[in-house]
Amino acid sequence: MSSQTNRTYKGENLTGWLFIGPSLLGFIVLVFIPVLFSLYLSFNDWNFLEGFGAIKFSGITNFTKMLKDEWFTNSFFNNIFFTVVTIPITTAVSLFLANLIHRYIYASTVVRVMVFIPYIASIVAVCAVWQVLFQPSYGPINYILRTIGIANPPQWLADFKWALPSIMIIYIWQQIGYFIAVYNAGLKGVSHELYEAARIDGAGEVRQFFTITIPMVSPTTFFLVTMGIIGSFKVFDHISVLTQGGPGSSSSVMAFYIYRTAFENFRMGYASALAWALFVLVFIVTLVQWKSQSKFVNYD
Amino acid sequence: MNTLTKKLDFGKLSLTILLLLFSSTMVMPLIWMISTSFKIEAEVFEFPLRLIPRQLNVIQNYAEVWGEKARFGMYYLNSIKVTVLTTFFQVFLSALGAYGFSKVHFKGRDKVFLLYLATMMIPDQVTIVPRFVILQRVGLYNTHLGLIVMGSLSVYGVFLLRQNMIAIPESLSESARIDGANHWRIFTQIILPIVKPGLATLAILKFVWTWNDYQSPLVFLNKVELFTIQLGMRQFASEAGMYFSLVMAAAVSAIIPLIIVFIAGQRWIIEGIAAGAVKG
Repeated sequence: MSSQTNRTYKGENLTGWLFIGPSLLGFIVLVFIPVLFSLYLSFNDWNFLEGFGAIKFSGITNFTKMLKDEWFTNSFFNNIFFTVVTIPITTAVSLFLANLIHRYIYASTVVRVMVFIPYIASIVAVCAVWQVLFQPSYGPINYILRTIGIANPPQWLADFKWALPSIMIIYIWQQIGYFIAVYNAGLKGVSHELYEAARIDGAGEVRQFFTITIPMVSPTTFFLVTMGIIGSFKVFDHISVLTQGGPGSSSSVMAFYIYRTAFENFRMGYASALAWALFVLVFIVTLVQWKSQSKFVNYD
Repeated sequence: MNTLTKKLDFGKLSLTILLLLFSSTMVMPLIWMISTSFKIEAEVFEFPLRLIPRQLNVIQNYAEVWGEKARFGMYYLNSIKVTVLTTFFQVFLSALGAYGFSKVHFKGRDKVFLLYLATMMIPDQVTIVPRFVILQRVGLYNTHLGLIVMGSLSVYGVFLLRQNMIAIPESLSESARIDGANHWRIFTQIILPIVKPGLATLAILKFVWTWNDYQSPLVFLNKVELFTIQLGMRQFASEAGMYFSLVMAAAVSAIIPLIIVFIAGQRWIIEGIAAGAVKG
């Protein structure tokens, strides 16, 4: 967007629209119209099976109904719980490991590739594996727990208290490799001289980690945390494959409840309202993060 | 000094071993998956756990998964078709759009791009109901074409490639223009070759995401004949749920191709994903 933009050629307008045309058409049909339509639907009642004629204006009922809907409130708080636990753990563990891998070991590529594999593996297949590992009565995990003396290990995915934490374990396991890869890119940008200087000043390895590494990769941390939070708000596949939100609604999250409302119960109006509630949540978090960015992030 | 380096190396070596152990633990579920897929059913939950089966049942297990009943061959073909076409169209549309937004100076360009950006934060869940309704209306529900169309546009792809193209100095295309080249030639012969790494990154990301995508096929397809590998995997897990060795053989079939591709091109893929970073 320099001053050169003023220079125009004959037919430049038409050419421009031709270039963006195909993607713009896709954008209008697949993003722009759907956003408006979804906003409209969120103020209406609509059972999809009864056709377009059944769309009925209902004001803000969808939104007020939400607050009394136990599935919604549970899904909402499960989302928050999910994010508050998985993102800090994944970030802290990944930064610690990425730093070790980057600075202190041989064969760093091998380690990075190995921990990255769970991230690239498809969620459905990975979930099938964990479902067997978590099998309460004869699965390997509970077998190991029993052998080390835990008489009543959790029922994992079938357990009211443990269903969501089980999914969080799988989620963290998958995300760590990705976080490490992105941190590695960030760590490459930290100059050796900084560490050398700190060493000459007598700073130990721990001190160096806290006074050099953490501040220097703060832009990467900011990026990972922001994207990680948004991603974790949208977690769907694991829940859909493993628990269907159960037992009860104990492991339901917003994306799953939206899916169930729309495509199992066909209540399109209410589902749209739920989706906008998810949007508001994502929006607020992003806003807060951008506002707080200057406090935590060091761009020098 | 000499003793110091030796000491450090010893520390480095033990840390290396420690982290190799850690990363082996990380891939253990997948190793267990492969090992279980080789076993007879009775041996699956035998303890103590053994990774090398006592009795190999490889051919029978995989024949079952790939045979008439489970139809993994069909799911594979569906997945390959959908993934390759979606990736191709998305990279092509994104490159075209990115060029228009970065190298052609036309009225309203920046306003339209701003509109693109404004929608980037809106989660898929908001648009999925209308997109489903649109597909139903135009008769593309339950077709691969519908699924491909749904995956062909990504605001993120346009954004990523535009960032690449905007970094190319304006003078390059300007001088080509003075020499009489039109935009199409500049696009195909100058700009595209320069942004090849960006195109590769986008293609890799899109390929992996589409191959692993579960939600879109789940919403836009319900005929078993059209199922992609992810839906097929789920279908099989619910049908053969009690036969864990078979489910694991299915899981191996679904995961391994991508892992082989990944290990072959790991440098590219990890760097591409770390650089392209966000999902969209």
